[in-house]
Amino acid sequence: MSMPGQAGSNDANYQRNIKIKSGLIMAVCILLTLVCLVPIYILIVNSTHTHTELSENPSRFFFGTALGSNLKTLTNKLPADAGKALVRVARQYSGTFALGRGYINSLIIAGCTTGLTVFFSAMTAYGIVVYDFKLKSAAYTFIIGVMMIPVQVSSAGFVRFMYSLGLINNFIPLIVPAIAAPAVIFYMHSYLKSSFPLAIVEAARIDGCSEFRTFLTISIPMMKPAIAVQAIFAFVSNWNNYYTQNMILKNDTMKTIPIMVSNVLAFDKNVDYGVNYLCITLSILPIVIVYFALSKYIVGGVALGGVKE
Amino acid sequence: MASAAQSRIKSISYAKYGYMFIAPFFLVYCFFQIWPLIYTFILSFKGNQSNASAFVGMDNYSTILFGQGSAAGAQATHEEFSRALGNTFILWFGNFIPQILLSLILAVWFTDAKLKLPGKGFFKVVMYMPNIITAASVAALYVNLFGDSQYYFVNATLMNMGMETPIKFVTDPAVSKGMVMFIQTWLWFGNTMIMLMSGILGIAPDLYEAADIDGANSMQQFFNITLPLLQPIMVYTLVTSMIGGLQMFDLPYLYHQGANFSKSLETVAVYIYYNFNKGTVDQANYGYAGAASIIIFAITAVLGSITFYFNRDKDEIAKKKMRKRAEKQQKEKMKRGGGLAI
Repeated sequence: MSMPGQAGSNDANYQRNIKIKSGLIMAVCILLTLVCLVPIYILIVNSTHTHTELSENPSRFFFGTALGSNLKTLTNKLPADAGKALVRVARQYSGTFALGRGYINSLIIAGCTTGLTVFFSAMTAYGIVVYDFKLKSAAYTFIIGVMMIPVQVSSAGFVRFMYSLGLINNFIPLIVPAIAAPAVIFYMHSYLKSSFPLAIVEAARIDGCSEFRTFLTISIPMMKPAIAVQAIFAFVSNWNNYYTQNMILKNDTMKTIPIMVSNVLAFDKNVDYGVNYLCITLSILPIVIVYFALSKYIVGGVALGGVKE
Repeated sequence: MASAAQSRIKSISYAKYGYMFIAPFFLVYCFFQIWPLIYTFILSFKGNQSNASAFVGMDNYSTILFGQGSAAGAQATHEEFSRALGNTFILWFGNFIPQILLSLILAVWFTDAKLKLPGKGFFKVVMYMPNIITAASVAALYVNLFGDSQYYFVNATLMNMGMETPIKFVTDPAVSKGMVMFIQTWLWFGNTMIMLMSGILGIAPDLYEAADIDGANSMQQFFNITLPLLQPIMVYTLVTSMIGGLQMFDLPYLYHQGANFSKSLETVAVYIYYNFNKGTVDQANYGYAGAASIIIFAITAVLGSITFYFNRDKDEIAKKKMRKRAEKQQKEKMKRGGGLAI
């Protein structure tokens, strides 16, 4: 008689415990969400306030009305009656943070590197998986072995070498090396191994399809999911790459968004807090928008990508 | 039998395509990675600044490691390098420990089917978000929010709430180290969490079911099932994070007020960059930068081979399993086939 009652109260207890635990965990998760989002929110809020407002009280939590005027200062399109001090500020910012040029330069570099990385990595992985040749396993071992070598280790020699080739202030040293991306090859290799039937290659051969055409028209479409994930990661990491770009690009007209942000950071006079915040907002906005649009693929791909940058 | 013949044909006539497909990678890799690496190695045996073409043997190594050598200011160079190495390990350690603990707890929570957590997908997306933001912008953002005086957001807010003097978040050596650790954790905990989650989801669910039936609570399940089985992925995370930590550059280099990086945040990567990027080519210390790079390379190689060992091990185990299964199947087939024939 007592058995069902006991089980029932145990069950209720268990359910209550789960509820309490879930509630606590929810609270922690919401706290962490705030820690992630509040800095971005404050950043955007502050870029809508004027310098005067922010110097009087920088602790602003709500949107202001100065977004337009900050944008005008940043792009040096001030009204004719603007004060001399403001003109100086506008010249400094528009000279350093040239918005349009920065976006175009970053887009060229990130776009080209992404295309090269995914295409040639798919090709290399395909070569290793589909064909049998003497150095096959040696080649794969080499790729795995060099996957972890950080760029910093060879950068002194890299820069010196680029100086001697006259490739400083040139996009080539930033774009062409993207052809060799060991970590992406590693990913593509495991993707091909797990979901590419080699019989298709045989069938294409019997139908008289050339080897390269088989790769282009049959294998690439089949690798689309892997290519999409790696393309997103390649784009983001190249858009964000400050280290290499800053070594190679010394010319103002070639600078990219991360370099421009770091240069704005180094201002020690004529600083305008509002415009400062606006620069940072504009530098992260495209990538954050892309991220939220593609978050499903990105979060799904992280665990499979496997290597930290 | 047919497949054996096919593979023989393949290996004879199609091998050259294999080389053609992998050739671009190897050409570009050798030109832009291997040669610069060798060149860095050569540079590490050559002099600095105007003395750049002279061969100096192990001088750069003995200078930065022990403060010996003929160069002027050898002791100062040695002190700077040791400080950079120390900073690198302090900053790495200080962000790895909170990061792995936080990520592990979150990963366990998010994979626990018994808990009722709405919006798991949303949390994952938001927590991963910092990782995709440009590190240069993150540094700029935090410098602008946490500036030293009352003219910056955090100090102003704290002082509105009654604090007397502003905290030197950017220029104080200890506080700024703490800030960089915090920002690094902020940047990476989502990434580590997702890696660990995929590891936990790879653990067979019947182990947890069996533990439930045996009456193990969630703590016991965590320490006796999750943690031991997560070990390979934990080692992998540890090693990749250490290698990542050795290259820590953007944030420590840019988290400063004024024109120059702060000495208390100078990591080895910053040290290398600063030495070969000083002024014109003739003012740069390519020798010191090269020697420091090769030391980092040696450390990375040791760490990398640890992961390599773990990765290879796993593959071989899988292969062995496959082979055993195939043998078993063949035996069974033979038995059945034999039975049918007779």
